[in-house]
Amino acid sequence: MKLQFREPGINPAVLSGWEDAPPRKGFFTDTSICIGCKACEVACKEWNHVPEDGLEWLGTSYDNTGSLGASTWRHVAFIEQPIAKPASENGIASNGSANPDFRWLMSSDVCKHCTEAGCLDVCPTGALFRTEFGTVVVQDDICNGCGYCVPACPFGVIDRRDGSDSAKNVGIAQKCTLCYDRIGAGMTPACAQACPTESIQFGDLDELRVRAQERIELLHQQGNKSARLYGEDPNDGIGGAGAIFLLLDEPEVYGLPPNPVVTTRDLPEMWKRAGAAALALIVGLAAASLKR
Amino acid sequence: MPKTNKSGREVPMVPKANFTSYYGNPIVKAAPWGKDIPAYLFLGGLAGASSLLALGAEVTGNNILRRNCKFTAVGAIGASYLALIHDLGKPSRFVNMLRVAKPTSPMSVGTWIITFYGPAAGFSAASELRHLVNSKRISSLLKLINKPAMIGAATLAPALSSYTAVLLGNTATPAWHSGFKEMPFVFVGSSALAAGGMGMLTSPVSQSAIARRFAVAGVATELFAIKKMEESMGLVSETLNSGTAGQLLKASKILSISGLIGTLLIAPKSRLGSIASGAALVLSSICTRFGIFEAGQASSRDPKYTVMPQKSSNS
Ligand code: SF4
Ligand code: SF4
Ligand code: SF4
Repeated sequence: MKLQFREPGINPAVLSGWEDAPPRKGFFTDTSICIGCKACEVACKEWNHVPEDGLEWLGTSYDNTGSLGASTWRHVAFIEQPIAKPASENGIASNGSANPDFRWLMSSDVCKHCTEAGCLDVCPTGALFRTEFGTVVVQDDICNGCGYCVPACPFGVIDRRDGSDSAKNVGIAQKCTLCYDRIGAGMTPACAQACPTESIQFGDLDELRVRAQERIELLHQQGNKSARLYGEDPNDGIGGAGAIFLLLDEPEVYGLPPNPVVTTRDLPEMWKRAGAAALALIVGLAAASLKR
Repeated sequence: MPKTNKSGREVPMVPKANFTSYYGNPIVKAAPWGKDIPAYLFLGGLAGASSLLALGAEVTGNNILRRNCKFTAVGAIGASYLALIHDLGKPSRFVNMLRVAKPTSPMSVGTWIITFYGPAAGFSAASELRHLVNSKRISSLLKLINKPAMIGAATLAPALSSYTAVLLGNTATPAWHSGFKEMPFVFVGSSALAAGGMGMLTSPVSQSAIARRFAVAGVATELFAIKKMEESMGLVSETLNSGTAGQLLKASKILSISGLIGTLLIAPKSRLGSIASGAALVLSSICTRFGIFEAGQASSRDPKYTVMPQKSSNS
């Protein structure tokens, strides 16, 4: 097994065999300027023809979508977070004259297009693949719905679509494609295109990382100590995300794992353990077969 | 060293679950798998260990046990195929598994194992029926293929019985991943006790001494490995002791221990005792597999099992 995922900072498209791959594409989602309009959710549904995902009232602030899933590829999280002191810290809610006793945390979540993608590693059909843009995409016509990618994703992004047999792509795994069709034609993904505040920024990942760094430094200068970047570090447990975020609180507050590690990193050790156990079984049988 | 408080009592070292979740929602997604998958964990293990036991029976000249083990293996692997295909979202596309061979995907590795194992187990069992066949040519063909098929099946069997632990381990499901070091041993132990139990259930007492010894070794391995696994799982080990998983694993333990006692004391003397002990062992293996499966699903549903271990690895 090639342990190619150990080298940080390399374009995964090149590792996957794409010759002269274009620069890696990705997102920088700056949640400090998200206004929770859900234009991204709607645009994604429209462009990608994603079916309805349940129209329930969830009682979780303005979030009735719940989480990412087979039929929700952008998900805006809403948190009405009580704060003790007037909101001078985040620079957003304090813009008005009255200082509210809470702050809004709103964040548009999406597939991270991981550098080391658990979903892709475990897919037994090759339906999940790495595109020339360094993104991770399911090929609808190959996936057989084994569902292995679902528990393999450390972010709980991908899911198998269920519903009536007549609905589109029922029984197979679905998630954000980073608008493979649009970016292939030199366009911006539908969600980023629709975002009115440029909270969702699309572009070359290298450039987005620089932009994210500048933005976080600015926020820190302005005194917003709780702001942080998420997924930007190529040395993290997934080799860095293709979709990076600027958050205003701990990741788990937004429903994100604080320090995810792709389990494939332990796989060589797992195979060794299984080999040892297999050997133990043979020894057990041999011992049982000895004439006494 | 465990901390003690003023009154000298031990303070539990389990970290307090103090973090803010997103409305208590899960972070990772539970596998979209039904009962087919834990059933397969059991059946695949039973098939593999039965093929091994068949070889042991051959070597020791226990022909009835050998035949019965082969039949168990082929029945179990046949049912495995059905369970695996049934669980797919698109069963008609199951052959897509054979497009690639990927060592990073335990499911791909497993597919190739059962693709070769199944026919080997099948031919091996079929050759036991060669005396019933009228055609001379077919019966001599079956005789010819008997040994290679039996050895082929027995060669793949240990992999079949252990890889399923890697299948579960290579996921972000907290209870499955955190136990990856010991789970292969739990699974081979569970396979051996199931195959031994099935041998005792199906074969006369005089033939099944190896089946009994194999089962005893299996129970010992499983009980030891599951205890070790609990220790390395940390906070997540809670999921082995609560809810459906807790009940199943408790039942598994009771069944395997009573099966063990029966195997040691009654099964060598009484056919009925042998059947009862064997049945207890087989049931125990079923409970183990369903229990571990359910523990995983429960650990995915509660964000605490995803967040807390990651936060403590952070600092
Ligand atoms: S976030 Fe999940 S679904 Fe997206 S690429 Fe990473 S592992 Fe795959
Ligand atoms: S459900 Fe489809 S995409 Fe996911 S691992 Fe299975 S074959 Fe691959
Ligand atoms: S990139 Fe395209 S597919 Fe992905 S969330 Fe945005 S609109 Fe949807």
